[in-house]
Amino acid sequence: MKENREGIKGWLNPTRYGANRFAYWLQRLTGLGLLAYFIAHIVETSNIVYGKSAWEKMLAFTQTTEGHIILMVVIGMCAFHAANGVRLYIAEHGKGVGRPGRPEYPYRPTSLGLGMRACIWVSVALAALAMMYGAYVLFGEA
Amino acid sequence: MVRESSIMKIHYYTGIAAIVLVAIHIMFRLTVPDGYSASLEYENVIANYKNVSYALVLELILVTVAVHGFNGLRVILLELRQGDAWESAVKWLCVGGAVAVIAYGTRTIILAGMM
Amino acid sequence: MKRVRIRVFRYNPAHDSSARYDEFEVEAERWTTVLDALLYIKAHRDHSIALRYSCRMASCGSCGMMINGIPRLACYTKVYELESDVITCRPLANFPIIRDLAADFGAFFAKHKSMKPYIINDSVDSIDGKEFIQKPEEVDKYLQFSYCIKCGLCYAACPTVATDKRFPGPQALAQMYRYLIDSRDAATDERLKVVDDRHGVWRCHFAGSCSMVCPKGVDPALGIQLLRAYLLGMNRGSKVVAELYSNKK
Repeated sequence: MKENREGIKGWLNPTRYGANRFAYWLQRLTGLGLLAYFIAHIVETSNIVYGKSAWEKMLAFTQTTEGHIILMVVIGMCAFHAANGVRLYIAEHGKGVGRPGRPEYPYRPTSLGLGMRACIWVSVALAALAMMYGAYVLFGEA
Repeated sequence: MVRESSIMKIHYYTGIAAIVLVAIHIMFRLTVPDGYSASLEYENVIANYKNVSYALVLELILVTVAVHGFNGLRVILLELRQGDAWESAVKWLCVGGAVAVIAYGTRTIILAGMM
Repeated sequence: MKRVRIRVFRYNPAHDSSARYDEFEVEAERWTTVLDALLYIKAHRDHSIALRYSCRMASCGSCGMMINGIPRLACYTKVYELESDVITCRPLANFPIIRDLAADFGAFFAKHKSMKPYIINDSVDSIDGKEFIQKPEEVDKYLQFSYCIKCGLCYAACPTVATDKRFPGPQALAQMYRYLIDSRDAATDERLKVVDDRHGVWRCHFAGSCSMVCPKGVDPALGIQLLRAYLLGMNRGSKVVAELYSNKK
């Protein structure tokens, strides 16, 4: 109580402080999700070395409705993390964040300008589109 | 000791490389004439592993994503708690995790390529 | 005029095992600030409330607090603009509590100090009638960041500061850039070494919350991204250390 740090609650609430904070939250969550999927994917695909029956058994386990939904979420996470990651790469190299000047009231931070916000929402839209395409491919053949 | 800027430059480059490599990986699933499900059939997957160029792409994905992912985990864990013992444990956990995943995945790529 | 309920966080670490909220109803005009309301409560309802304030015009940076969950200056926040009948005031997040709404800025100022917030240049010792000449565009590179009033709102909003006690925070890092990019400063490498640390500039993830809450338009997130870009080797050629120029005729 005395220390008064927000702690992990400070990370977990994406509703305050606008689009950049939302992107920070989603980038972190999707990063953790993708790492978990990556490890699981390495493990599941390694069944190939145990022959055809082991591979088909693994496919039967993953090629289900639940498996397809999980894969759709992974596709969305991947698309957002990649697109927003490129935005961060550019911003963290000092590009697209504006230049220092002489701020005039009402202050509008250039680093949180329309360009950056647009890139965040484009990343979200790309994730949604990728998920829809994923659903079309995964469920379209069922 | 490796400087943090060097580690984070690796983080950037592996991230960008992973986007390209994973895109190639996904294309291999989607461009098979008989569709996505056919691309996952045992014979097709083995043929993929026997294709040296594609096996190399898989190995590069393995390395770039493992390095990028475990470094991301290291960053999150370093920000979560501080202290010399914790930070040392986090470093070795993440290095160990990346090495283990790369080793296990490489084993799969090599064995499947020889089948 | 409207009546609003002000919920004031009450906690004295020396005596209390837990915090509580005391509630007060006050009448607010369109121009009433949260600080006005709190000072009214302190004068007429409960004089034991602890809060820090000074200039009442967003210049001193003393009255920062969490107002309805967001770090704001109480003197700069009108009751009406909050568009709520209930206003909750808490001490700034990520700062230790001294009492009630008063927060301890000791660690925050120590981090600011660790950034060496002053010009480092050996030739200053031999200044004797000479001065540094800066072009307006060289001034523009750091002027915005020098408007910081050290109110701590950015520090309270930062998600990394929320868990990483070794992270300098947005205020300190933006000030590091302010001095790094000043053409009178010659300690570029020394400064970069300070921030190129496991808990340094790399722990900023551009969540932008600092710039969102800054009451002076400093845009710390911009300073941090430019600092990191400089560390990554971008725009290195943009800084040329100024030389002393004699103004004696």
